Amino acid sequence: MTNHTATLPPGEAVQKLKYYQKGTFTVGNRLVTEAERTVQASRDRSNALTCGHRACQGCGEALGARYAIDAAMRATNNNLIAVNATGCLEVFTTPYPETSWQLPWLHSLFGNAAAVATGVAAAMRVKKRSNVRVIAQGGDGGTTDIGFQCLSGMFERNDDVLYICYDNEGYMNTGVQRSSATPPTARTATTPAVGPEPGNVFGTGKSVPKIAVAHNIPYVATATVADLHDLERKVTKAMSIHGARYIQINVPCPLGWGAASHDTIRIARLSVECGIYPIFEAEHGKVTHVRKIRRQVPVTEYLKLQRRFAHLLKGGHEDPRVARLQALCDSNIAEYGLVDAAGEDA
Amino acid sequence: MDHPFAITLDVGTSLINHTGSWRTSRPEYVHRLPPCNHACPAGEDIQGWLAHAEGGNYEAAWRKLTENNPLPAVMGRVCYHPCEGACNRGALDSSVGINSVERFLGDLAIKNGWSFQATAPSSGKKVLVVGAGPSGLSAAYHLARLGHSVTIKEAGPLPGGMMRFGIPKYRLPRDVLDAEVKRITDLGVTIEYNVKIANIGHAMTEGGFDAAFLAVGAHIAKRAYIPAGEAARILDAVQVLRSMEGEDKPLLGRRVVVYGGGNTALDVARTAKRLGAEEAVIVYRRTREKMPAHDFELEEALEEGVMMKWLSTIKNVEAGSITVEKMQLDDKGFPQPTGEFETLQADSVVLALGQDVDLSLLQGVPGLEVKDGVVQVGPNMMTGAPGIFAGGDMVPSERTVTVAVGHGKKAARHIDAWLGGETYQPAPPHEVATADKLNTWYYGEAPKTLRPLLETARRTSTFEEVVKGLDESNALYEARRCLSCGNCFECDNCYGVCPDNAIIKLGPGLGFQINLDYCKGCGICAQECPCGAIGMVPEAI
Repeated sequence: MTNHTATLPPGEAVQKLKYYQKGTFTVGNRLVTEAERTVQASRDRSNALTCGHRACQGCGEALGARYAIDAAMRATNNNLIAVNATGCLEVFTTPYPETSWQLPWLHSLFGNAAAVATGVAAAMRVKKRSNVRVIAQGGDGGTTDIGFQCLSGMFERNDDVLYICYDNEGYMNTGVQRSSATPPTARTATTPAVGPEPGNVFGTGKSVPKIAVAHNIPYVATATVADLHDLERKVTKAMSIHGARYIQINVPCPLGWGAASHDTIRIARLSVECGIYPIFEAEHGKVTHVRKIRRQVPVTEYLKLQRRFAHLLKGGHEDPRVARLQALCDSNIAEYGLVDAAGEDA
Repeated sequence: MDHPFAITLDVGTSLINHTGSWRTSRPEYVHRLPPCNHACPAGEDIQGWLAHAEGGNYEAAWRKLTENNPLPAVMGRVCYHPCEGACNRGALDSSVGINSVERFLGDLAIKNGWSFQATAPSSGKKVLVVGAGPSGLSAAYHLARLGHSVTIKEAGPLPGGMMRFGIPKYRLPRDVLDAEVKRITDLGVTIEYNVKIANIGHAMTEGGFDAAFLAVGAHIAKRAYIPAGEAARILDAVQVLRSMEGEDKPLLGRRVVVYGGGNTALDVARTAKRLGAEEAVIVYRRTREKMPAHDFELEEALEEGVMMKWLSTIKNVEAGSITVEKMQLDDKGFPQPTGEFETLQADSVVLALGQDVDLSLLQGVPGLEVKDGVVQVGPNMMTGAPGIFAGGDMVPSERTVTVAVGHGKKAARHIDAWLGGETYQPAPPHEVATADKLNTWYYGEAPKTLRPLLETARRTSTFEEVVKGLDESNALYEARRCLSCGNCFECDNCYGVCPDNAIIKLGPGLGFQINLDYCKGCGICAQECPCGAIGMVPEAI
């Protein structure tokens, strides 16, 4: 504990007000101006994804989508069109003819959201309505697997689209199958926890944020539903830039991950704090900012809340592969510099 | 049906799906009892007044505080702040400096001349309060606010009781005490000085009082038999500290020995230093760990050069010297003599061995029970005699100013009910907001602000106040460190984190409401509420 004032003579014993202690990390804060609070704290938020949608209890994707689109609508003064890939987000929001979306919204196929969004942006340009901005969005299946070719094309052409991937690490809508974003050892319907290597195997999958960085596009970022301030800042920044942009948001899935519905945000927070989900920003091929770990935890803290990893922690003893997952976290921490040497907080 | 090509249905909205029907448990906004409030002997709503203070609304904070305790400037100096010991922030970095903020508010109120108002119309009832110490003043204040006519009869020449005649000036400047007492008399409370009640029954009949609250304190020093030579100078702590208030300061000599291990012993030793003693030695029969005095007071005393003689008892006192016997703690922690003796130089010995209550005014009161030298009272603070209540040091209690103030408040509420022929029923307490109910992730790191101390050189030569107050920016910072345990502080987390957009934000100061048509009962709001102000309740199915 530091003692700021005790040794100072009276009169000089003034401590600079550095924090609004209460609610520094909360959605709102009655002690700061409206402008300094998040979009979500506002009664005027657009609720782009409104009530009555059919997502499961505690759905991280429903939350992430509202966070992102509300921020983008605020940033574009509501001049926004969204194109959606097939997936949970499309199915639970828009069972024809109902919809939860409060903005112009298109759905075409599973794999072509990036291409459709490119087309919408081109149409707006032709119609001389370039103030209308375009977002494409989908889950990790529609992004990292099925829509990957269209996505890469959109990136390399530098089309004026923000692509948001809500990453819940599997095909949750169709019954929790493995995707190329599923982490090693995770149990899914197609990688059951049986045999010599239960769950998803090590050495597979891909990091689309890194691939996006390799396209040298203007802006790439990762985020989670656990840090709203960070997420809104990134979406707002992305909307201030023209060209191809990519944001990947970690959205825990209570059903697919085998987690309690109330733990959605907690799990997202732990994914960052253990280092398994590095949060960074990159511009034109270079990493420009990382979100430091605030209270570092071992990966088991993250694993133990999810039944998809239960086989690793069964019977009171740790599977040696937990150490491999920890090594993965440590490697992320080293690669992105997620922990300050001095141990300072972010 | 005039639809475009390939369209067969009208556009609909998901709002027609009342997903609230999926719910098996519902979130409910609750108030839990913050641990600071729970620990406060005076029953202050600490979280409540800090909430005003952190918004910079100091007068509202002071008014909220004084709903329970009329002496914040005194309390902010002399209270041993059990609230801070219970504070949940203690586990996070360090407890909120509640006591410093309380003092800041108390001092600001004196500076700005804020005054009290009665909260109820005049009842026409008369209440006699005996003793103008913390308990009596507190009871008088609350009774006056409740509309009763209150007279305090005080045996001494000035108000404050042990706050004046026991607590040294360097801990409680007298102008602060006087200002807070004046505010109570300005409310309409009459204090008659130098009136010693000989018989409470007669005093009530003569004055036409409907009820009485006794708070005479414990002012008789306990004595111990110590063989002493004729020229030996032995005084008691009560006498020494009391005479500090008069013209003639006590003559203690160059080498002073204080016998005892409580806060009073420290007060006497520190006073002796300030009066010019070269040596002030506290002789205590047990160890530092067993000492009843508070550790921070011991630290302050040691800084000022007070010396400690642990594990020692005084066997004999002569002119100029004393003989002490070394003690040893047995298995049970009790000191046992060792047969080893030592001689110390001492011009005077002050006994600080505790105090007894002067119970003479209670003679002839039927039904009244005295046990272990103190008056027995029921949970309503009433003695065995109907209409006679008692509190403070004269009833079984931990003898602190804060406990006394709490007794005064509690007694006032019961007296008020009793006068109206009713029984006061306090509201059932809320569940305590323990640390496991909080989500401390959301609070920023912010270490405690320490109050500056007067330089040691000036501490041993003057009676200037040792602990200084916080200025406004410090006090605001400190208030904002409060976690608001168990009570909503409108951080908007629930409103933000609901995946179903099922929380309605009602606006500043109005809080939130759950939209049960759409709430699926996922529980994220309760889990992510920083302060534990949301509970999950199973739905009846």
